[in-house]
Amino acid sequence: MNATTAAQAADIVAALLFIFSLAGLSQHRTSRAGVAYGIGGMALALVATVVAAAQDIPGSTVVLIAAATAVGGAVGLWRARRVEMTQMPELIAVLHSLVGLAAVLVGWNSYYEVEAHGAAQTRVAPDLLGIHHAEVFIGIFIGAVTFTGSIVAFLKLSARIKSRPLTLPGKNALNLGALVAFVALTVWFTVSPDLGLMIAVTVLALALGWHLVVSIGGGDMPVVVSMLNSYSGWAAAAAGFLLNNNLLIVTGALVGSSGAYLSYVMCRAMNRSFLSVIAGGFGAPAPSSGDVEQGEHRETSADETAELLENATSVIITPGYGMAVAQAQHPVAELTQALRRRGVQVRFGVHPVAGRLPGHMNVLLAEARVPYDVVLEMDEINDDFGDTTVVLVIGANDTVNPAAEEDPTSPIAGMPVLRVWEAENVVVFKRSMSSGYAGVQNPLFFRENSRMLFGDAKESVDAILRSLSTPEPGSAASRGLRTDQQPAPA
Amino acid sequence: MSDSPPQQIGVVTESTAGETRVAATPDSVRRLLGLGYEVVVESEAGAASGFPDEAYTEAGARIGDAWQADVVLKVNAPSHEEIGKLREGATLIGLIAPAHSPELVEELTARPITVLALDAVPRISRAQSMDVLSSMANIAGYRAVIEAAHVFGRFFTGQVTAAGKVPPAKVLVAGAGVAGLAAIGAAGSLGAVVRATDPRAEVADQVRSLGGEFLAVEVVQEASADGYAKATSEEYDRRAAEIYSEQAADVDIIITTALIPGRPAPRLITAADVASMRPGSVIVDMAAAQGGNVEGTVSGKAIVTDNDVTIIGYTDLAGRLPAQASQLYGTNLVNLLKLLTPGKDGRLTLDFDDVVQRAVTVVRDGEKTWPPPPVQVTAAPAGQTPAPAATAPAPKEPRLTPAVRYGLVGLCMITMFLVVAFSPAQLIGNFTVFALAVVIGYYVIGKVHHALHTPLMSVTNAISGIVVVGALLQIGHAGPAVTVMSVVAIMLTTVNIFGGFAVTRRMLGMFSKG
Repeated sequence: MNATTAAQAADIVAALLFIFSLAGLSQHRTSRAGVAYGIGGMALALVATVVAAAQDIPGSTVVLIAAATAVGGAVGLWRARRVEMTQMPELIAVLHSLVGLAAVLVGWNSYYEVEAHGAAQTRVAPDLLGIHHAEVFIGIFIGAVTFTGSIVAFLKLSARIKSRPLTLPGKNALNLGALVAFVALTVWFTVSPDLGLMIAVTVLALALGWHLVVSIGGGDMPVVVSMLNSYSGWAAAAAGFLLNNNLLIVTGALVGSSGAYLSYVMCRAMNRSFLSVIAGGFGAPAPSSGDVEQGEHRETSADETAELLENATSVIITPGYGMAVAQAQHPVAELTQALRRRGVQVRFGVHPVAGRLPGHMNVLLAEARVPYDVVLEMDEINDDFGDTTVVLVIGANDTVNPAAEEDPTSPIAGMPVLRVWEAENVVVFKRSMSSGYAGVQNPLFFRENSRMLFGDAKESVDAILRSLSTPEPGSAASRGLRTDQQPAPA
Repeated sequence: MSDSPPQQIGVVTESTAGETRVAATPDSVRRLLGLGYEVVVESEAGAASGFPDEAYTEAGARIGDAWQADVVLKVNAPSHEEIGKLREGATLIGLIAPAHSPELVEELTARPITVLALDAVPRISRAQSMDVLSSMANIAGYRAVIEAAHVFGRFFTGQVTAAGKVPPAKVLVAGAGVAGLAAIGAAGSLGAVVRATDPRAEVADQVRSLGGEFLAVEVVQEASADGYAKATSEEYDRRAAEIYSEQAADVDIIITTALIPGRPAPRLITAADVASMRPGSVIVDMAAAQGGNVEGTVSGKAIVTDNDVTIIGYTDLAGRLPAQASQLYGTNLVNLLKLLTPGKDGRLTLDFDDVVQRAVTVVRDGEKTWPPPPVQVTAAPAGQTPAPAATAPAPKEPRLTPAVRYGLVGLCMITMFLVVAFSPAQLIGNFTVFALAVVIGYYVIGKVHHALHTPLMSVTNAISGIVVVGALLQIGHAGPAVTVMSVVAIMLTTVNIFGGFAVTRRMLGMFSKG
């Protein structure tokens, strides 16, 4: 065993630990162990790399590494502690951008190490030089697209810029043109590497990343964020090719395929192809069926809803992003608790694209202390709506739209949806009668078994809770309940 | 118009013998006041329903001469004297049955008044909240079961007791309309085995949803276009008669609800069927007022046949739950008045462009407006409209045909082959690792539970910080520029590593099992 084989062995073990880590995340039960494996793998990889590197760099540089790690680690831990769960998508987007930027820096470093020396360089064998040139370009390109794309996604998610898709004339041609230009630049660089081309490809990729995401609407952000997750992985893999480092390649490939899979799940849940998301969102208002006379909707009140819930045997709550916007998840969790205590079966039906991140709703509900075993995904719960007394639709719209199944001309036709309309009663919490993100009118609101509860979702749920907690004379259960319904400390 | 004082609503005492209902309860009076009206209640109007005058005054009504009000609310059609008591220009709302009582309509036309028939509300979804026939039928269906249970000498539910086993009662409900469904529900809740028949096959699901068994008559039958059952074909009738004969010999209780608008009730159960029933069995004929579905029914009475079968022909089943019936009737009225009082200003306005308002108006200012133009209703199943599913246009994004898909996969494989074949040895090693890792990644991630996708993303965020290895390998090798960029890259990626793992642990800590 020498330092090199030890480092390579550590790389393989670390790669295996990363695979265990992702495998562990497949279930709630094993998820914490999964994170532990991940941390172990990362620690092993870092220690092995630093130890191997420390043999031929001065001690002062090692101190520099330690200092940089300390600063980065401190910032990371600080953000991780402070971030609100509703802001997870923003945090994830920022983290992607950091990986992208780091990949760009690694690419530039590699240029300075090799290409900048021209024929005098000794680090890369002459027959591999052409490939190295291409690898530098690919690494920088993917990294830079990830970087600006993630920054734009972050800005959109945090509402610092408008979430509406920007439509430049010929935007698809622009994207395609940028790709063609990238290929051309790469060929040119392979033939005659110079600094000007390096700058050109970096700027081109930064611009492409910006344009790619800025022309996608806010509601498609779950797909965009998983797509960027994927890119950040490919950026790491590209760096691995560049440096001939298998650990980077394996890890990058794992992350890249993970992000790609999540994008695929999201796209399937919207019945859209990946290309159609990239080519632009539901930007234009829907042409069909929007003007058709839908009939009248019926309004209900919080008191009536509370009465309905009290007498129900089974309740399903289908939350959407609107619930998170109204910060209604905590009162919704309280409501769940109150109803479960009364013997009402309460479950949650979560559509894959609910929220701004794959699985975002689950995290928000978990934070509000909703037990995870009552939070079911669409396929698990879709057959149960027929036996359900009341469905509460809170802040969801397109994901519960019967038109997706029944109206073949609808823009969302074929999208899998939660079949809430099969339940005995549906109460829709909504601010107004406006249509959802897809701009499609929702016939659910006009069904005979639907009632609209207009207003802010949080206030509505609070009102239902108040109405529920009004004690009926002589009811011990209702008296006991009141103590639990103190508003949670903010 | 808005300056004028609010109109008065009068709630009068019912004069029809045996009527226990009242057109407004204290609760509905409150809602009428909310629409801006003043409410006058005739003394003792609610007594038979269990609502004393004090309850009305407490709700905000005045006790007084309700017949002089601008709008008079009633349950039953008015008598000759009562029509005379109405003041000129008044509006009368109640159950008029204009289709069945042309003389009454003529008589009403003789006075300068407006008459609205609550029982003429069309069967469209938005008028459901005022559909008094449905609300009364619901009560009557429930009461029919209670009447049957009262006479029936046994339990409805099956039991195994120390004193022996009790089989559940078998109930047949003929006609699964509103009343039939209410009867199915009530009999089912009491524990009986419930079967139901109906010529409209589309109600089978509703029957099953209430726990009943649907006995289908296997004959081709048109779907209902107006929400009511129609007369049936000969072949159908023959097959149905067989079913009724079979069932009569088997069940303990029969509840018949079959009505066809504008015609006498169809005869479903013959005298022979009745004779085949076990002694002690009970029949409730809810169609007794229209001639009865059962041979031998006496309208308004309960009779016992020679073989000791009780046939109940009460016509006031809804009125036998007076408080409930008044409450639902009152609510139907309030909903109609809501529609007629768009400004909530206590001024009743009739809008003939609205199909509901047009349909209920029998007389307007002394002018006969009956019958109204027909209304197209929504009760017909979706299949009636030119089958949309069959003519559906192709999905906007055509799926790849198999040929194209195999072609694409083949192209990718060939490209991959060429790229690797022309690569130097080192790159081949890298490609091997890369390809296998992608496949492993895809399968491992495919197993991740949807609920854990966010933690998955944050973990992959953390481990993609592995780019730090690149920076660590480069630092200190090629001059200060590289070192500076490496330090920056190390800082950025360690934010990822530490932040990603920490936030994942935080999230997973939140997930708790119930």
